[in-house]
Amino acid sequence: MTNIDKTTPMENLTIGGNIYKAGNAREFKTGDWRSVRPVWIEEKCKQCGLCFPVCPDNSIPVCKDSLKRTDYNYDYCKGCGVCAKVCPFGAIEMKEEGVDE
Amino acid sequence: MSIRERLSGNETVATAMKQINPDVVAAFPITPSTEIPQYFSTFVANGTVDTEFVAVESEHSAMSACIGAQSAGSRAMTATSANGLSLMWEMIYIASSLRLPIVLNLVNRAVSGPLNIHNDHSDAMGVRDAGWIMLFSENNQEAYDNNLMAHKIAENEKVQLPIMICQDGFITSHSIENIELEEDSEVKKFVGEYHPEHYLLNKKEPIAVGPLDLQAYLFEHKAQQADAMRAAKQIILDVSKDFANWTGRHYGLFEEYKLEDAEIAIVCMNSTAGTTKAVVDKLRENGVKAGLLKIRVYRPFPGEEVAKALSHLKAVAVLDKADSLNAIGGALFADVTSSMYLSKENVPVVNYVYGIGGRDSTEKDIESVYTDLAEIASSGEVGNPYRYLGLRKFEK
Repeated sequence: MTNIDKTTPMENLTIGGNIYKAGNAREFKTGDWRSVRPVWIEEKCKQCGLCFPVCPDNSIPVCKDSLKRTDYNYDYCKGCGVCAKVCPFGAIEMKEEGVDE
Repeated sequence: MSIRERLSGNETVATAMKQINPDVVAAFPITPSTEIPQYFSTFVANGTVDTEFVAVESEHSAMSACIGAQSAGSRAMTATSANGLSLMWEMIYIASSLRLPIVLNLVNRAVSGPLNIHNDHSDAMGVRDAGWIMLFSENNQEAYDNNLMAHKIAENEKVQLPIMICQDGFITSHSIENIELEEDSEVKKFVGEYHPEHYLLNKKEPIAVGPLDLQAYLFEHKAQQADAMRAAKQIILDVSKDFANWTGRHYGLFEEYKLEDAEIAIVCMNSTAGTTKAVVDKLRENGVKAGLLKIRVYRPFPGEEVAKALSHLKAVAVLDKADSLNAIGGALFADVTSSMYLSKENVPVVNYVYGIGGRDSTEKDIESVYTDLAEIASSGEVGNPYRYLGLRKFEK
């Protein structure tokens, strides 16, 4: 969307840091902040629909037609763990980032 | 064809604003600038202007509202003094960082405390590093003319910085003097209309103004601001030239009064320059080669040009109507001496802090400065460079 990054010289920046398009939050991957990640255990999931409404980052994609959730979009998930807390079936486990199983 | 009138400094600014007809004026009253939004609100009430007048609850809100309005593509103006400027301090920095060509009339008054409502330059000096263009006005005519040129300077594509027009509180703001005004239609023709490329509340281009600007970006944005301030110097000269072609009144970065063949000179700003001109005339009649350099454009500071203009003198006194309380002299003194050092001009310079809190500076006081300068010029000895004018103090 934008072609401004940490290597852009001052002549190519907009003045005052103004952004001349909407929706650039999509480019900012808040998933980088994560230290624990939610892991979806599909076999245990009953598709009850309690997890995705409480996600603050809209990181649980839901299929429009079937209204069933699919696996996480880890681009924006910050690992807050609310989905895991809310799941009544233990279908979501929080695992440490960067630890290989 | 100019119109002859008699107006106080505040009435003059309100008149200029009336003719400019800005989209928004958001202001809060403070002595001695109160009359500016006061007279202007009469024009609003009478339908003489189309301006949306926002009566805000504080000066911080005044500048905030101006920033919002200007970001949305409208011309915003306001006025304040002293602690009113102090209260809007964070927004002053934001107005410049967001590159919004807001026009502020600053009626110079001492910043408290203790409480003093009279003229000195401490308010302006407190924001001299905020990235605003700062023009100082000797009298009502200059305040008027600077206002007429303000938008063309600030809105220029290479500049896009806010601008403040200074005048001395009470001395200029409340004194009625003769003035030449221009016709409404001529003013509107000169000032033109404001059509920024990007603005808020535009359905076709939703924008974000003033987003988070972390370590990777703030430095470059500040450097853009610095470039804009440097570019402003030439733009001010260009606009002043257009202004002279229209009105016949000439302005530069500063005024050199009997300076060309002078041996001793004073550097000062605002109304004191008027007093100094009278003293220079008197001294010249007695064969003293006295001169004056009156700074008009304080920011961007025309260092190279000032150093050149002072280079032939035998002694210079810089008068500061505010003390920087830094043990090494006032703000104008710092700017002048550093410019002279860089230009390798070895002219003896002394600093006089004077006029604090509206302490009157008379022709006699100014004359004493020239007497001191004559002594420095003949002896070659500067002595104490940090002096006071008009201060009651035990002499050692």
